[in-house]
Amino acid sequence: MKQNSFEQKYKQSWDYLEQLLIDKAAVADERYPQYYRELCHQLALAKHRRYSPQLIDYLNDLVTKGHHFFYQHNYRYHFQWLEFLVFDFPNAIRRNWLFVTIAAALFTLPLLVMATACYVNPEFIYSVMDVGSVGSMEAMYGADNEKIGRERGSDTDILMFGHYIQNNIGIGFRTFAGGILYGAGSVFFLVFNGVFIGAVAGHLTQLGFGATFYPFIAGHGSFELTAIVFSGAAGLKLGYALIRPGAYSIKNSLRFAGKDAITIMYGVILMLLIAAFVEAFWSSTTGVPSIVKYVVGGTFWLMHGLYFSYSGRRNGP
Amino acid sequence: MNKDYDTSYDVETPEAIDLSAQVVGPVPRVLAYSIDLAIRLVVLMLLTALFAFLGEAGWGLFMIFSFLFEWFYPVLFEVLRGGQTPGKKMLQIAVVNDDLTPVTWSTSIIRNLLRAVDMLPFAYVLGLVSMTCTQHFQRLGDLAAGSIVVHRRTTSKVFSLPQVKPQPAAMPLTLEDQLAIAGFTRRHDQISESRQQELADILEPLTGKKQREGVYYLQGIGAWLLGKRG
Repeated sequence: MKQNSFEQKYKQSWDYLEQLLIDKAAVADERYPQYYRELCHQLALAKHRRYSPQLIDYLNDLVTKGHHFFYQHNYRYHFQWLEFLVFDFPNAIRRNWLFVTIAAALFTLPLLVMATACYVNPEFIYSVMDVGSVGSMEAMYGADNEKIGRERGSDTDILMFGHYIQNNIGIGFRTFAGGILYGAGSVFFLVFNGVFIGAVAGHLTQLGFGATFYPFIAGHGSFELTAIVFSGAAGLKLGYALIRPGAYSIKNSLRFAGKDAITIMYGVILMLLIAAFVEAFWSSTTGVPSIVKYVVGGTFWLMHGLYFSYSGRRNGP
Repeated sequence: MNKDYDTSYDVETPEAIDLSAQVVGPVPRVLAYSIDLAIRLVVLMLLTALFAFLGEAGWGLFMIFSFLFEWFYPVLFEVLRGGQTPGKKMLQIAVVNDDLTPVTWSTSIIRNLLRAVDMLPFAYVLGLVSMTCTQHFQRLGDLAAGSIVVHRRTTSKVFSLPQVKPQPAAMPLTLEDQLAIAGFTRRHDQISESRQQELADILEPLTGKKQREGVYYLQGIGAWLLGKRG
């Protein structure tokens, strides 16, 4: 068949399909799959018969649009979020327990070392913070300060909520993203944050401000610290996929690692949102006795332990 | 065509055909990014003016918005608007999965979170280096997400042929020759008249015809090859 006759013969069906895709009416049209497959066949024929590049380009373009439509993501399943919470997230954490453990060590060890150092030696804090920052931090948690954290109205709560979201989730994202540099970025951010948080905790304890500082961090600590460790673990997984791709090409290895990593990151985003909310609206409240805050904080930690140990166990590791 | 220096990207679909797309090089992508950056800056400036009236709570909201803008502006547009941020739309390019299916939330979020690394040490140097070193111009985020950026060309469906008398070629033509002449005929309304004559003149030693005559002669052969008679 010469090209001209070919075009004459099928032009109508191409027009029809094109209109269908423009109107986004293909969902309702039961014959769409058939039309689409016929079109694919026609493209293959046109290529095989060496018809002109213009026709092939046109058909290729139409097939691409049809392909996009045919293989789009199915959004009709509405309980994905529940499945994610109950199964996918905790299973992804357990599947990657080694990365989580390494990330936790990279974060906790510097934290403990730095906390001890700053507790023993009051001057040591100045090796990581400048004088001004130390001063304002001391003022924030000073024992004579009636209000824990900062003196606040509800407006300030919203201000701090915004600040925590921008700052903390940003830290989580960077800790993850740094993993693509063969893991180095994640290691850096984990250690850096460990050192910093350890220094603050050790210094404040040594000053005797523990009574204001610990009730403040008790509430959101479990969400925030765990989330930072998890985002580091997701980053380390990417880095490991680059260093040791095994039987795959580096590209494929990275993509497979990305699948688990993004599952973990969805969970991290959620945890950091909760952390920001708790930190802004609960941790800073002053009317609640410290003991209540410790109990609530302890309950959160316990819930984390139970959730990541047992949730979704039936379907996974 | 030589795949080593060609920018076409082929994928075999479940229908057992090869779909091809043209991957986008660094320059249009940088331009698209600049447009998006400008849009974001303008919107953020407007928001600053708006929230400034709301006091501290306003600043809190502003920080939430600027956070969303920093990380999720591309994600939302890419997933909800067919792989195109406003900047990409202007340059007629789009992000797709590397099997040429529409970009999903996971793909888009990974490639945009990894911007944090691609922009290191400054001005997206790492991303540009990665783009120029990989075959399909992928920055690190694209590599991890399995996404590519392709041209969204607008192809025309006007299958018109020039008004010439179809005639068979006087000499045997190889397949490549036939393709070239058919393509030349098909593009009669896209190439300027003088350029067509210039091209036809290359074949003057073979056809023995000059300028307009040569063009008509070649178009006649092309029309014949494409199946037009009489």
